[in-house]
Amino acid sequence: MSVSIENLSKRFGGFAALNGVNLEIPGGELIALLGPSGSGKTTLLRIIAGLETADGGIVRYQDEDVTGRPVRERNVGFVFQHYALFRHMTVFENIAFGLRVRRRPAAEVDRRVGELLELIQLSSLGRRYPSQLSGGQRQRVALARALAAEPKLLLLDEPFGALDAKVRQELRSWLRRLHREIHVTSIFVTHDQEEAFEVADRVVVMNKGRIEQVGTPQEVFDHPATPFVMDFLGNVNVFHGRVEAGQAHVGGMSVDYPAHASDDARPATAYVRPHELDIVRASTDGTDGSNLAALVVRVHAIGPTVRVLLEDPQGEVLLVDLARERASELDLAPGETVWVAPRKVRVFLHDFQI
Amino acid sequence: MSSAPVSRPLQRSAAKAAVGSVAASRIAREDPAAVRWLLTGLALLVVGVLVVVPVANVFWQAFRGGLGAYWRAIAGDPDTLAAIRLTLTVAPIAVAANTIFGLAAAWTIARFRFPGRAFLTSLIDLPFSVSPVVAGLSLVLLFGLQGYLGPWLRAHGWKIIFATPGIVIATAFVTFPFVARELIPTMEALGDEEEMAAVSLGASGWQTFRRVTLPNVKWGLLYGLILCNARAMGEFGAVYVVSGRITGQTDTIPLRVEKLFQEYKTPESFAVASLLTMLALVTLVLKVFFEERRRRELADAARMESAAEEGGRP
Repeated sequence: MSVSIENLSKRFGGFAALNGVNLEIPGGELIALLGPSGSGKTTLLRIIAGLETADGGIVRYQDEDVTGRPVRERNVGFVFQHYALFRHMTVFENIAFGLRVRRRPAAEVDRRVGELLELIQLSSLGRRYPSQLSGGQRQRVALARALAAEPKLLLLDEPFGALDAKVRQELRSWLRRLHREIHVTSIFVTHDQEEAFEVADRVVVMNKGRIEQVGTPQEVFDHPATPFVMDFLGNVNVFHGRVEAGQAHVGGMSVDYPAHASDDARPATAYVRPHELDIVRASTDGTDGSNLAALVVRVHAIGPTVRVLLEDPQGEVLLVDLARERASELDLAPGETVWVAPRKVRVFLHDFQI
Repeated sequence: MSSAPVSRPLQRSAAKAAVGSVAASRIAREDPAAVRWLLTGLALLVVGVLVVVPVANVFWQAFRGGLGAYWRAIAGDPDTLAAIRLTLTVAPIAVAANTIFGLAAAWTIARFRFPGRAFLTSLIDLPFSVSPVVAGLSLVLLFGLQGYLGPWLRAHGWKIIFATPGIVIATAFVTFPFVARELIPTMEALGDEEEMAAVSLGASGWQTFRRVTLPNVKWGLLYGLILCNARAMGEFGAVYVVSGRITGQTDTIPLRVEKLFQEYKTPESFAVASLLTMLALVTLVLKVFFEERRRRELADAARMESAAEEGGRP
């Protein structure tokens, strides 16, 4: 089932949690709402579910306006951040709850719960209570419970937030596989970009109650639409400067910027990811502005890459990620002066909101 | 006679101080042995003189004339039987009413944020701080013949004061806080996530209440209920004022005890008093039984809450 959101807004007192949000979610997709805390992602999820009411705007399931419909009539599965399992019920009864309140016959309940227990690989633990389960098991029970009544939409609020790194990793790939099997339209909220990129078909990046960008993980990472997205998706080097006559002058470098050909200078900021910078020993031509002198401060290996910390003449810190081979080829030592050359620079004019 | 209500405030403050109790007990252990023995002895002495001796004396006096006399004092007196009947009518109604009011009030306070919430919370405690006699008088002022609503009620054939409805209202007023006070902390600690989950799974309001909320607070509720019941059966002051003390008609058990005592029927008085004392003892046993479960229930809720905070947002 597809979901479409039109001009949704929500305020909590003086705080605008959502500010005119528009979003189309095609049926069967697995979508991540990604953003820092306070970006409105959870509020958006809860409004889609009907757990929260919007101040303005429309939520449609397929072509049906469900904005005013209470959550119990929406037939969505919601997985809460802290599972919210019924503590006085067994795993079996937790999963059966949605079927029992719909007064489904006992035989059907038994069959369906059995299927779901198998799906979450907890068939032997049906009689346990939530307090006797590990965090990862509880999470899976919460998911099975949400799926029991065959919802048209599955919504997950920070589903892996409270788990440790290893269990998290397992559950991510498990959720991915599960989605491929049951193919129900799913939306999950996360503040972890790695999680969003690994699990989701498409990522919705949110900030301050607005959507910054919607796209596949690849699109969002390679072509960030705004400085916020650029900044939020991991480490980035920032250079301040200006743009004029088709050229951007940022941090002592000059790059082409054909989009702004006029002569009047506009303030601009350039963003370069650490892996998009290279280090060279001798400047090809110290004055052409294609590279930047910097002092090596620290060199350390992180997994397959080597991270180099440098300082430019203005005292700004630069981060460069090099491949292992490249690093050993250069054999950098702290204290030496080298040249930093960007392979790719993204320049944003300041009429963007930062 | 009503040992349960007397011990209530002490317990509540003990629960509040629970956080500091670790530090407190460490200091206590460092005190010299003499001080400890002195304090323990003093406490035992006070409990002995104020609680054990009077309670034992009630039974001693009640059974002094033997079992037969005891039986005749209770079952052989139609007025006493009427008093027992009245108490057994009034208390369940008052307890049932307070269960409903208490659940509603606790739900309102624990689930919603609204202006005047703190005021409502302290208002619930009002019956604890108002003298029962004053409560009774205010009811007479409201429903009595000289009162604001009295003439109208009389014109419509309703008799409240000096009749069973007045006794029920007075009892319900005095015992109102018990259920609500027990439920509010548990419900607050539980939060509304499980209820939200139930509703999102398609449960109606009633299904959510019966299948999720109620099982989660049942021990706290039972605990509140038995305290409420003990107080309802033992209530004297407010009922004294509104009942009119018509022998055989509006006397409850406590009023009957007092009346027999005033009429110099001491053995009979103590025999009836022993019924209330036995109620207190049963209450005490149940209270200990429920209290442990209630504490576990509250601790569970608090643990879930703290887990939620730890694993919370970045």
